[in-house]
Amino acid sequence: MFPMPENWKELTVKERQTARLQAWANAGLEFTTPEAKKAYEQRTRMISDVVQLKKPERIPIIPWVGVYPAQYNGVTVEKLMYDYEVLGDTFRKFNADFLPDSLVSCSMIGPGKVYELLNIQHYHWAGHGTPPNTSYQYVEEEYMRADEYDTLINDPSHFFQHTYLPRVVGSLGPWAMLSPWTNVIELPLVAMAAVPVGIPNVQQSYQKLLAAGQAALEWFGAVGPIENASMAGLGLPQIISGITKAPFDYLGDTLRGTRGIMLDMYRQPAKLMEAMERLVPIAIELGLSGANAANSPFVFMPLHKGADGFMSNKDFEKFYWSSLKVVLLGLIDAGAIPYIFVEGGYNQRLDIISDSGIPAGHTVWMFDQTDMKEVKKKLGGWAAFGGNVSGSLLKAGKPQEVTDYVKRLIDDVAGDGGYILANGAVLDDATAENVHAMIDTGKEYGKY
Amino acid sequence: MSQALISAITEMREEDARQITTQLLDGGADPLKILDSCKQAMDIIGDQFENGEAFIPELILAGEMIKSISEILKSHMTEEVVTHKLGKVVIGTVQGDIHNIAKDIVVFMLDINGFEVTDLGVDVSAEKFVEAVKETEATIVGLSGFLTTAYDPMKVTVAALKEAKADVKIMIGGGQVNERICVYTGADAYGQDAIAAVSLAKQWIGA
Ligand code: B12
Repeated sequence: MFPMPENWKELTVKERQTARLQAWANAGLEFTTPEAKKAYEQRTRMISDVVQLKKPERIPIIPWVGVYPAQYNGVTVEKLMYDYEVLGDTFRKFNADFLPDSLVSCSMIGPGKVYELLNIQHYHWAGHGTPPNTSYQYVEEEYMRADEYDTLINDPSHFFQHTYLPRVVGSLGPWAMLSPWTNVIELPLVAMAAVPVGIPNVQQSYQKLLAAGQAALEWFGAVGPIENASMAGLGLPQIISGITKAPFDYLGDTLRGTRGIMLDMYRQPAKLMEAMERLVPIAIELGLSGANAANSPFVFMPLHKGADGFMSNKDFEKFYWSSLKVVLLGLIDAGAIPYIFVEGGYNQRLDIISDSGIPAGHTVWMFDQTDMKEVKKKLGGWAAFGGNVSGSLLKAGKPQEVTDYVKRLIDDVAGDGGYILANGAVLDDATAENVHAMIDTGKEYGKY
Repeated sequence: MSQALISAITEMREEDARQITTQLLDGGADPLKILDSCKQAMDIIGDQFENGEAFIPELILAGEMIKSISEILKSHMTEEVVTHKLGKVVIGTVQGDIHNIAKDIVVFMLDINGFEVTDLGVDVSAEKFVEAVKETEATIVGLSGFLTTAYDPMKVTVAALKEAKADVKIMIGGGQVNERICVYTGADAYGQDAIAAVSLAKQWIGA
């Protein structure tokens, strides 16, 4: 938990960020060796320097890893979702063998048992609809209908409880019978709100939820020590803790689907804008709660449906950027550091996102298929950035090609700081030699 | 041709497009002529997409408009319209991958450029591709994939297709796909976008 200073309200935004960075650097881990402690301090220092646009001693290397550790360790993703001992072996091994500058966390793999108990409908996962050795799959549909904007806007929490969750979580179907808890304002209303909970179906749904909760806690109890072993044993700081999304993706991925939201841009733009505005404080809180709980300033934000090709720049500014910017500013105001995964290409958007309304040294932008020289031109001196080593190179290239690519990238854009070395798309499939080539080249060639 | 209808569609005025269609029909216009206007409008939108002036929302909405106009026209048409197609293409997102937005755009562009497209959807196994090629006698196959874990399924599908029908031409595309992956999978060509998909297909049928 982030120990919030008592005078928080009086602190400037920069002081808040510094307070979070310091708390993260002094995480109170029980390091197993003095070397691990030293390495942890060095890594948090390098990363802090980069965020604050100073020149670190070396370029930090923060790969973005998905299910690749399973392949590396010769086990299936399915196994990792059910057998936490193997999960631990796999991620401890991955972190120890590759030694990046931040923890590669096992938490994103997730617990298959919990998903089963809840009877999740909107995802397939390894062995449950997708092959045992792959990442999960989202079944994108219009889980919120076009005519439900007002219900969402009126009370997002109740919309989730009463409408969205029953549609996507099989075991919570009966929750469509529940009434809003905000009804509970007079004694007789307490009883009225409790009545639907007594319905046998609803009772069953709660029983399943209790079992899922227990299974989730069990998983969480297993994940903690696994992460801790790499953090305290190898001196790897945890970067990603909080997660949140752009309001457009919140709606476009989760609720309306691509087709739905794209039609809404024409058919009901005002409702769409209103809903996104409504989701802004919810998105900020989602990011901050994770950052606070894990005591890490970084809030991970994958950007999905605003990439080049998804819409015109004019629409991007109106529908995507305007509310995303408010979320970024909300996180920054609380001292957090948005760590933004700019998926796909953003070659047309660089002028828009390098918005002078966002203070310098408060965001991190990780790119995939965006021209990095342009990124450096537009973002350099304003925000930290990195990424771009491609998935195709790491899978089908040769180690020497990876080494050459990384060197060229460093020559081109690492300049005098503010730069992080990373792959562009989440690492699911690659060769170990290539991943080593990327990380090792960064370590040798990335000294300033 | 109805310029009013073409403008309504290309300017994304959905309600107007519907109304104009009804008015044209009430005025005794030939439904086939109305369809021609729709086709012309789609060509314009296709060009705009190519020039970076139209994007996914416009393509989706245009598709919706054409669908609803066709519905209106249906009851007024005495015979099925037989259009001459350039060639047959089978397309799908490969096994283990469910990204469909880009594939749908490729289908859309191939379709308005005169190809008969069989869209197998997402998460399509090599066997299904082979089956569909046999059934439709298509000479061109498009494989879409957005995940790095789609590389191997692409490779498997290419091998299966070539074994089943040696002269089938296979193009691949999608976010993480590039020339390197084309070599890796053994496909005949990689297409960077839907425009490339159309020109590859045209090249392969000699159009
Ligand atoms: C939208 C999106 C989603 C949506 C998909 C919705 C849908 N209905 O398709 C949702 C949110 C559901 C989703 C889910 C996931 N996604 Co996703 N997603 C994306 C995203 C942001 C955009 C892809 C897209 O649709 N682009 C729009 C199209 C129009 O762009 P385009 O590439 O320019 O399209 C042209 C060309 O590709 C070409 N083309 C395409 N197909 C073909 C075929 C042929 C034959 C030819 C010639 C040309 C061609 O023509 C198109 C039109 O001009 C990408 C990142 C990115 N921006 O690429 C990640 C991305 C593809 N997703 C990724 C991942 C990991 C996932 C998930 C596994 C989990 C996660 N962590 O998000 C899940 C599950 C997906 C699964 N198992 O299938 C990763 C894959 C990384 C990797 N190593 O494989 C990416 C690259 C993000 C990243 N940077 O890491 N995703």
